[in-house]
Amino acid sequence: MSIPILLNALPGAVAQGLIWGIMAIGVYVTFRVLDIADLTVDGTMCTGGAVCIMMMLSGHNVIVSLIVATLAGMAAGLITGIFHTFMGIPAILAGILTQLALYSINLKIMTKANQSISVDQYDLLVSLRNVRDVPLYQNTLLIVALFIVALIIVLYWIFGREIGCALRATGCNENMARAQGINTNFNKVLGLMISNGLVGLSSALLAQYQGFADVNMGRGAIVIGLAAVIIGEAIFSKIFRNFALHLLAVVLGSIIYYLVLQVVILMGVDTDMLKLLTAVVVGIFLAIPFWKSKYFSKFGKRPQEIKRGGNTNAGN
Amino acid sequence: MLEIRNIYKTFNPGTVNEKRALDGLSLTLEDGDFVTVIGGNGAGKSTLLNAIAGTWMVDAGQIIIDGIDVTRLPEFKRAQYLGRVFQDPMTGTAATMGIEENLALAKRRGRRRTLRPGIRKSERDEYKELLKTLGLGLEERLTSKVGLLSGGQRQALTLLMATLKKPKLLLLDEHTAALDPKTAAKVLETTEMIVNKNHLTTLMITHNMRDAIAHGNRLIMLMEGNIILDIRGEEKKKLTVEDLLHKFEEASGGDVLDDKAILG
Repeated sequence: MSIPILLNALPGAVAQGLIWGIMAIGVYVTFRVLDIADLTVDGTMCTGGAVCIMMMLSGHNVIVSLIVATLAGMAAGLITGIFHTFMGIPAILAGILTQLALYSINLKIMTKANQSISVDQYDLLVSLRNVRDVPLYQNTLLIVALFIVALIIVLYWIFGREIGCALRATGCNENMARAQGINTNFNKVLGLMISNGLVGLSSALLAQYQGFADVNMGRGAIVIGLAAVIIGEAIFSKIFRNFALHLLAVVLGSIIYYLVLQVVILMGVDTDMLKLLTAVVVGIFLAIPFWKSKYFSKFGKRPQEIKRGGNTNAGN
Repeated sequence: MLEIRNIYKTFNPGTVNEKRALDGLSLTLEDGDFVTVIGGNGAGKSTLLNAIAGTWMVDAGQIIIDGIDVTRLPEFKRAQYLGRVFQDPMTGTAATMGIEENLALAKRRGRRRTLRPGIRKSERDEYKELLKTLGLGLEERLTSKVGLLSGGQRQALTLLMATLKKPKLLLLDEHTAALDPKTAAKVLETTEMIVNKNHLTTLMITHNMRDAIAHGNRLIMLMEGNIILDIRGEEKKKLTVEDLLHKFEEASGGDVLDDKAILG
């Protein structure tokens, strides 16, 4: 691996990291705020792109397509939410059901397994051709970064409002939330919709970036999202205390993930093994809070106090 | 203030674990009543409180709070009438949120949650004053995460949250049972203070017969999902632990081997 090749590949890796960072924020909303592992995102990570590409191919404006892609993601979250709350299906299973259903729906949206779109013929917002040597206002890195800043501001605002506080309380302690008159089912559905909306948007941007939507583009998305969340927390949790900075840490986590991935690829590692590698790394990081509580906890600590790793260091 | 008419609840119906937890129980509380509830394990004490709170729906009967029939209302809707403190100090508060955020959540109980601020600056002063009355120094730690507090501090905070918006009925489910004796006494003292200050109608479960006698103006004892003893007024004031054990034996037919073991 030579340094010039690596430097050459950097902007692309950062762009991917940024786009997946939006998706990772979505995962953060369910996994950390709501305390639900939502597997819908593997499906939504294709739905958003499929909707966006098909709309643009049929002549719609890119912004309208992005909005509809986001709404499509929210709809997927709504379905999972209904499975989970109204039908009483455990959250993980509810997500798996929607994810499976979305596979068919994604095929129907695209009419086939893969739809490509050319940056020359269509007015794409982001593209892998636009990561360097283009005017600043066309630069994909800058555009996605602006998206992220805007999203973090909006989310920070929402989670500081009554409705956002209720959502956080729902994720933290359902019994308490209900005792304080919070409709926990509504909040779970709302959280799933916000999360999947973000994933849908991320997917739409990714499809434009890579120039195609593919029915398999969301495979393993949840694990990548978790990787970003975990990397972000591991590196920045000591310095970033504020909620907005937590979200920023997740995006940085995603960028780091893609940079590391790029280096690993350039080192000549068999790319077939990448998903296995990711799964192992994420698995180990997920286990760390559990190991810590099992082998290094103070006497008398209760398991639920340490459930959320860095978030709740409870001690009497 | 509270009227319970003939409620029934059976858990796991039709299985070997079938358990009739409430068996046609009726109870009326007057405004300002402070009722202590005692009874052995499985007598239906917590089940009674959960029935009122709406944790699940009762099989039959009616629950009326201040003239409003809440029998079919879901838990979160009933919450506007109720203040609750649980046995486990972890249950009543959100550990990953700050003290002031928890209070702000409680302040909005029974109101639709909108895009208004989750907490206003003006609320902070109010919370500070309230926290001062606890005498735990929490007023200096408004933004501390509740997960950092001790069990006793959390229960005191939960009490404050339960009564921040004056409830029609305060439900205390053995809220001192998980605390050490000294802290338990302190939390009970705080309970007494808050209940008196706000003139709250209260239902308090306790395992401790002394506490049941020392607090409140009325005492009920449950057994097998029904009320077997109901002592109030002057009679309650003169009550001793021996009396209570004696009455328990009488009411239960005297076939209990060791009342002390069951009633603590």
